[in-house]
Amino acid sequence: MKHVLLARVQDQPGVLNRVASLFRRRAFNIDSLTVGASESRGWSRMTIVVDATRTSARLVAANLGKLVAVEEVTDVTHLPTVARDLALIRVRCAPEERGPVHDLVAGFRARVADVGSDSVIVEAAGTEEDLDSLVKLLRPRGVLEIVRTGRVAMVRGGNNGTES
Amino acid sequence: MTGAEILWECLVREGVDTVFGYPGGASLPAYDALGRFPIHHVLVRHEQGAAHMADGYARASGRVGVAVATSGPGATNLTTGIATAMLDSVPTVFITGQVPSKLLGSDAFQETDVTGITLPITKHNELVTDVARLAPALREAFAIARSGRPGPVLVDICKDVQQARTTFEWPEEPARSGWTAPAPDKDQLARAADLIAASERPLILAGHGIVRAGASRLLTELAEKADVPVALTLLGLGGFPASHSLCLGMMGMHGEAYVNRAIQRADLIVALGMRFDDRVTGKLETFARHARKIHVELDPSEIGKNVPVDVAIQADVRETLSALVPMVPSRRHRAWLEEIAEGREDTRSRDLLHQPDDGRLYAAHVIRELWRATGGDAVVVTDVGQHQMWEAQYYPHERPRSLVTSGGLGTMGFALPAAIGAKMACPDAEVWVVAGDGGFQMTQCELATLRQENLDVKIAVVNNGYLGMVRQWQEFFYEKRYSATPLLSPDFAALAAAYGLPACTVASRSGMVPAIEAVRASAQGGLIEFRVEQEEAVYPMVPSGADISDMIRRPAPAQEATA
Ligand SMILES: Cc1ncc(C[n+]2csc(CCOP(=O)(O)OP(=O)(O)O)c2C)c(N)n1
Repeated sequence: MKHVLLARVQDQPGVLNRVASLFRRRAFNIDSLTVGASESRGWSRMTIVVDATRTSARLVAANLGKLVAVEEVTDVTHLPTVARDLALIRVRCAPEERGPVHDLVAGFRARVADVGSDSVIVEAAGTEEDLDSLVKLLRPRGVLEIVRTGRVAMVRGGNNGTES
Repeated sequence: MTGAEILWECLVREGVDTVFGYPGGASLPAYDALGRFPIHHVLVRHEQGAAHMADGYARASGRVGVAVATSGPGATNLTTGIATAMLDSVPTVFITGQVPSKLLGSDAFQETDVTGITLPITKHNELVTDVARLAPALREAFAIARSGRPGPVLVDICKDVQQARTTFEWPEEPARSGWTAPAPDKDQLARAADLIAASERPLILAGHGIVRAGASRLLTELAEKADVPVALTLLGLGGFPASHSLCLGMMGMHGEAYVNRAIQRADLIVALGMRFDDRVTGKLETFARHARKIHVELDPSEIGKNVPVDVAIQADVRETLSALVPMVPSRRHRAWLEEIAEGREDTRSRDLLHQPDDGRLYAAHVIRELWRATGGDAVVVTDVGQHQMWEAQYYPHERPRSLVTSGGLGTMGFALPAAIGAKMACPDAEVWVVAGDGGFQMTQCELATLRQENLDVKIAVVNNGYLGMVRQWQEFFYEKRYSATPLLSPDFAALAAAYGLPACTVASRSGMVPAIEAVRASAQGGLIEFRVEQEEAVYPMVPSGADISDMIRRPAPAQEATA
């Protein structure tokens, strides 16, 4: 089972290194980690996805919480969340195929973000499952390159779970 | 003020009057300012020594120990000591000089990535590149070192920061002070009290947390009220008086057999301020299988790490005990205590001290004699190896902080410098080093520091001619192939004399008492080399990874006599 942890961390040099070093040292298996600016200056927010069959999410959270730069860690796995992964997918695409590709990805609320002579870049945001199915559909056309961000998550409703 | 002055001013305000250190290029400005502040600087002979001194200072007193080193090799020499303090949760602050901030990342002379190197062995660290950040960083360092589960914090200060000027502002409160534990959970407390009340064969396992929290008195109250015997980890020794009728002594790899058997037969384990280290649990799958477990522990990441528990109380152990003691009913466990006492008899009969005199001198005799001579009242600082385990077995400790030893990291070379730190922290205490011939040679250069500071530290080198503990494993598990464990040593008494210390050598039982008394009477300390039986093993022993009741015992007395 995948656990999703949200962490509010100080936006300072070396914080990502501390977190990564902790995971390495404790041999924690992490599926993905994303970090970016939060709503308040000087603070970032991390979304960490842990494969709880291999690593105890509680211990990951407990260890993270001990880092001085980490303000708060919440396991939101069992809370209703909006969770999204962003993918950029370069697909082989002759000019005459652009229309069909466009229609295909529209079904995933994805769009063509860039058009090259024999390929396009598809931009898609969704759950990991959505993106996996999109990639599967595009495969036969020739997927040349994929970049994915890993999951970001936010708790639904009024409370973000990591408010301070 | 300059950054250098701010450094010392902050230390003074944190209550620091002694630091252990060694200067160099990147700390020259700091050292230049040092003389203007009421801080005694102990010049060590190797930075590892400075780190262990700060550590010993902190362990003996509970105050934060401070060590200072220059950049590059100075800082890397500290690392063994930092890791030692980390694994045993010792509140320490390490100050290192760093190359000027403009040169960071350029492989400048004596530049190393000190915050990178020490990241996994500190509770926190910070590189200071701006003098405005210096006072806040130091304020936070001390707060973090002390808070929650204590530990080492390192502040790496660029040389230009030491030289820069700014108006000094002392932050009234540190902006960050690290995590602290919540108050004990009421429901969990109630469940713990219920389990204790219902238990027929309860056992308390007490660790370093009792010492850190100053919870010895409350532990005694709990044990007496609920009539629960207490077993201790190595670092917990002294946290519960050894002479108490409910004290079982040490558990684990070299714990007494009846203690480990009690753990395996208990129906309830009350673990207080200990972390179920592998040296304590042996094989996890068979550890205390019949027992429900209550774990009182400050650090949330230690709960459920090695051993699943029924009741987890993440809180300060002292706070927890003061809430718990009134909740548990008064009870007696006569049958259970009698059962344990029977095992104790068997252990006693096998004990080396109860064997007929075979004319040889064993380390156990030395330790027991030290205990007798000092009335059990010394601060004993041990190194790592067989002598460390014999000390734990044969020197019963009555009070917290009277044993200083490296448990988690097991750092050879710890004893002499840590004892210097302990003596500086507790000048009125009788401080004894107990070290092996191997470990003592790792940091014996600090004898010069001892002399330079004119400290009265008493030293027992237990010389068995081997790296004894490794030899023992080779004896038991590698068919006596003594690979790289026989060890040539100097004449330790002559060595100590060269440093100007009173010293002598003892090779017989009859020589022990006069030598110990002479060193005890000396105001300049002194060293005794005890030439002991070479191939003696520490019994009993749980082989690594085995069930803790599956111990290698000392051969029974009858066999011993014919051997
Ligand atoms: C720095 C360091 N290196 C190696 C070891 C591994 N080790 C553990 S005990 C031991 C032997 C110690 O020998 P000695 O100091 O003579 O003490 P004895 O065991 O004989 O009492 C060794 C080598 C260690 N704990 N620390």
